[in-house]
Amino acid sequence: MIYLQLFLSFLKIGLFSFGGGYATLPLIQTEIVTNNAWLSMSEFMDLITISQMTPGPIAINSATFVGIKIAGPLGAIVATLGCILPSCIIVSLLAYFYLKYRKLSTIQDILWTLRPAVVAMIASAGVGILLTAFFGSETSISISSFKLEMAVIFIFGFVVLKKFKCDPVFVMLLCGVCHVGLYYGMQLI
Amino acid sequence: MKGKDQLWKLFTSTLFLSAFTFGGGYVIITLMKKKFVDELHWIDEDEMLDLVAIAQSAPGAIAVNGAIVIGYKLAGMIGMFITVIATILPPFIIISFISVCYSTLKDNIIIALLLEGMQVGVAVVIVNVVLGMGKDVIEKKERLGIIIMIIAFILAYFFHVNVIFIILACITLGIVKSAFHLRRHL
Repeated sequence: MIYLQLFLSFLKIGLFSFGGGYATLPLIQTEIVTNNAWLSMSEFMDLITISQMTPGPIAINSATFVGIKIAGPLGAIVATLGCILPSCIIVSLLAYFYLKYRKLSTIQDILWTLRPAVVAMIASAGVGILLTAFFGSETSISISSFKLEMAVIFIFGFVVLKKFKCDPVFVMLLCGVCHVGLYYGMQLI
Repeated sequence: MKGKDQLWKLFTSTLFLSAFTFGGGYVIITLMKKKFVDELHWIDEDEMLDLVAIAQSAPGAIAVNGAIVIGYKLAGMIGMFITVIATILPPFIIISFISVCYSTLKDNIIIALLLEGMQVGVAVVIVNVVLGMGKDVIEKKERLGIIIMIIAFILAYFFHVNVIFIILACITLGIVKSAFHLRRHL
């Protein structure tokens, strides 16, 4: 039965994808291209492109995309549920124990050492995003690939966010619109 | 937190963040921090970092795990249910829609430019939040914390060490630290 197969495959993806993001790509590929042949390799590449240009985690996007293609909307729902079920169980258990035992001194010490590391890991993701925005990719950093207009938009966005304390989502959209505006503005000159 | 208004606010805030958050789990975590810590004051700063650590320690997408842990912390099982639905609904609808008209969207230059520009916007927000959090760690003037932050950054960014190992190393360090404290008390 296809619904059960979809559910189990995405349950596996949800359960074994540690680290998130691109770390999960090989696992998703094995499951939906190699093992089940639900997508061809080129369809899988399309899926990655779509995931990059839309919000949402890649595992959830794959579940929806594959589910719809193989078994319609119900397939998409079943696959998505399979994908998030392990998270729901494991994370709520961890959260339960955290809220219950966080006052213990050992747990306090563990959390104390974890917090700066969490900041560092978010910072690491941030540097990657910043470099990708400025140079097109994280690996091709050189003066010739530096996009000046991106730096200008970055500074503008940063000032707007700091000065007007507006909603971050608004700043993101504003930066997007600025980029479109700059492109067409430059063409006029 | 159990009021109907607050649950609704939790739902709409999460839905909104999920619908507009391009570029991976850490971005939505950063925005959740801005929303629930800085703006609504429902969670305090240290607690938020603990919740992020939990989200990272479990398998699955960080965005979904982050939503689960925040929902659970704020309103138990109902909260978790609300934030999970709010997180998966936007990608679900958008992907369903896009799987139909993908080729037209892919070649549209305005959409490509808009998305590229929004990536800079994402960078703005994440840099802003990271600077704030980094400043907090440094201002506490605890040497060990600053050292952990620097080493963890080097490992994660330059050596691409999986977050799981960094978390496990910190847990070990925390246990050692705790053992030293106990000995001092005896």
